[in-house]
Amino acid sequence: MVDKYNYAFLDEGSKREIRRSVLKAVAIPGYQVPFGSRELPIGRGWGTGGIQLTLSLIGPEDTLKVIDQGSDESVNAVNIKKFVKMCTDVPCTTRTQEATIIQTRHRVPEVPLTNDQILVLQVPLPEPLRVVEPQEAVTKKMHAESDYAPIWLQLYESLIKYGKVTISAEYPCLVEDRYIMNPSPIPKFDTPKLHEAQCLYLFGAGREKKIYAIPPHTKVVSLAFDDVPFEKESFRGKKCRLCGSTDTYLDEIFDSATGERYYQCSDTSYCKEVRSK
Amino acid sequence: MAYVAVSGGEEAIEASIRLLEYYRSGTKKDLDLEVIEEKMSLLVDRVMSEAGLYDKRYAALALKQCEGSTDEAVFLLRAYRSTLKRSYDSLVADTRNMRLARRISAAFKDIPGGQILGATYDYTHRLMNFDLQQEDAPALCRRVQQEVEEQKPVEISPCGRVSDELKIEGLIDRFEPEDEEPFDVTQNLLEFPAPRSARLQTLSRADTGFISGLAYSVLRGFGQVHPTVGELRNGYVEIEVPYLEDPTESLWIGEILLTEVEVFNEADDKDQLKLACGYGAVMGRNENKAIAMAVLDHELNTTGDFPTQNDEFVLLHGDSLEMNGFISHLKLPHYVTFQSKLDAVRKTRRENHG
Repeated sequence: MVDKYNYAFLDEGSKREIRRSVLKAVAIPGYQVPFGSRELPIGRGWGTGGIQLTLSLIGPEDTLKVIDQGSDESVNAVNIKKFVKMCTDVPCTTRTQEATIIQTRHRVPEVPLTNDQILVLQVPLPEPLRVVEPQEAVTKKMHAESDYAPIWLQLYESLIKYGKVTISAEYPCLVEDRYIMNPSPIPKFDTPKLHEAQCLYLFGAGREKKIYAIPPHTKVVSLAFDDVPFEKESFRGKKCRLCGSTDTYLDEIFDSATGERYYQCSDTSYCKEVRSK
Repeated sequence: MAYVAVSGGEEAIEASIRLLEYYRSGTKKDLDLEVIEEKMSLLVDRVMSEAGLYDKRYAALALKQCEGSTDEAVFLLRAYRSTLKRSYDSLVADTRNMRLARRISAAFKDIPGGQILGATYDYTHRLMNFDLQQEDAPALCRRVQQEVEEQKPVEISPCGRVSDELKIEGLIDRFEPEDEEPFDVTQNLLEFPAPRSARLQTLSRADTGFISGLAYSVLRGFGQVHPTVGELRNGYVEIEVPYLEDPTESLWIGEILLTEVEVFNEADDKDQLKLACGYGAVMGRNENKAIAMAVLDHELNTTGDFPTQNDEFVLLHGDSLEMNGFISHLKLPHYVTFQSKLDAVRKTRRENHG
């Protein structure tokens, strides 16, 4: 542990301030709480919102897991883990079940989380209405007035034009019938995991200076029309070439030597576990 | 699978960091911090200004650490700044009391207090000076010092701004001093419309290139045409903090080098015209940045459809740390989201054409 800096890098006042914003976010599920985002030694846009959440929550009794694209060993995950370890010395794990705090980018783990775990998601663009309205002052008002017609219209237009809702990852959802929320760029495959979950989901956007939350047992519904149901990414007829799973989110891998295309689990820790059984 | 690979990220990062050391190791000569501070002072000034941290030594250290990249150096200083406790808020520093090093006006030939050309590259010929390839630095230092010592100091008394006169004449609006606590952009999320204190802080810390480009667009026609530099001054301003034992007293903690600019524009005043003023102030000597800031400050006071008249557009996109952080994040793996995109694209193609 580097002793020239405070435990968990930020000073205690900053950490407390962030935790207060977290409490507000938990109290109003899906609402984006502004906070005084601090600058970190890691790039803005590289997960600093998530890192600030992790740093403000972490203590010596915690066990940390960090994943990126589902993988514990991807460069960015390794880098974040290294930083948190440098200033806290907490034990790290790759096993989802062992972790008390899991920080992630772009995925929710395959193993369902429990009520003593927190999933911290890194968020690049927290505003779900940004795609239809560039100005913050306007989107803030739209949320206040539940004026969500433009985003429904976007769904409808996509349906008319392509016969399908073509939003891919970062699929907007309605939280507790009140706020439309951006679940961060997780695939549609993962969004249903937010609904009525056991764990606490925290979302941190460092550059955009927003925190929001999905507490346990919260109603989270992906936007869809009654006659056009929400549809996840499908991997029909495909399976993981390593563990054989057919019910996980798969990475498509192209072997340039053989021209062959194959698939494997994006959640590397889950994949390993299945194989070891 | 390229560089994320499914495993091996840790070793790759360590090797990458060692390679950075290699890039910094091309010569046996050390880059002394004093040399950066004293001979690269405009670069140091720019980094301090964009970082919002006035410390020449640390700015020089940051530049040394990152091969002289301004955005990396700003990044290092900002991150370091996050770890510092804020003990005091300084008292308001009145720049009328600035110890002037340079002061010019493009609006009037004669200004109360006088013009001081000071040091500027404006009137140099930009010819490469090949003699500097082998320079006798100690001799230069001695020669200049001697020249300074031989001169009789001329007293420069503090002086008001050019705009003070125009305010008396009623051509520029006068505002009552406002003692409201300024909005602190380092501790709060900007809200729009942004209070002026937030606007000025954000512009003062903005990336020099970004706000210069925006101000240029204003001059070229995407905005309120051609402003006049009423006054540009730079020099040292004393910073004081309140003395906690006795609130009527204050403590002098040092001085900082600032560049301050006011630009004038014509503006509507019911059925006649008046002058409107834009204000810019930045740390160090960075005149174009200060002018650009003043141009944008004025532009944001006007309403219209140009990007520079939209405070969200101007204030949210010019922070060095934020823009470079988000742009560089594109290099991170996006396998999951791209897979999801591919799925959406393939599905529409299959259903519509297949």
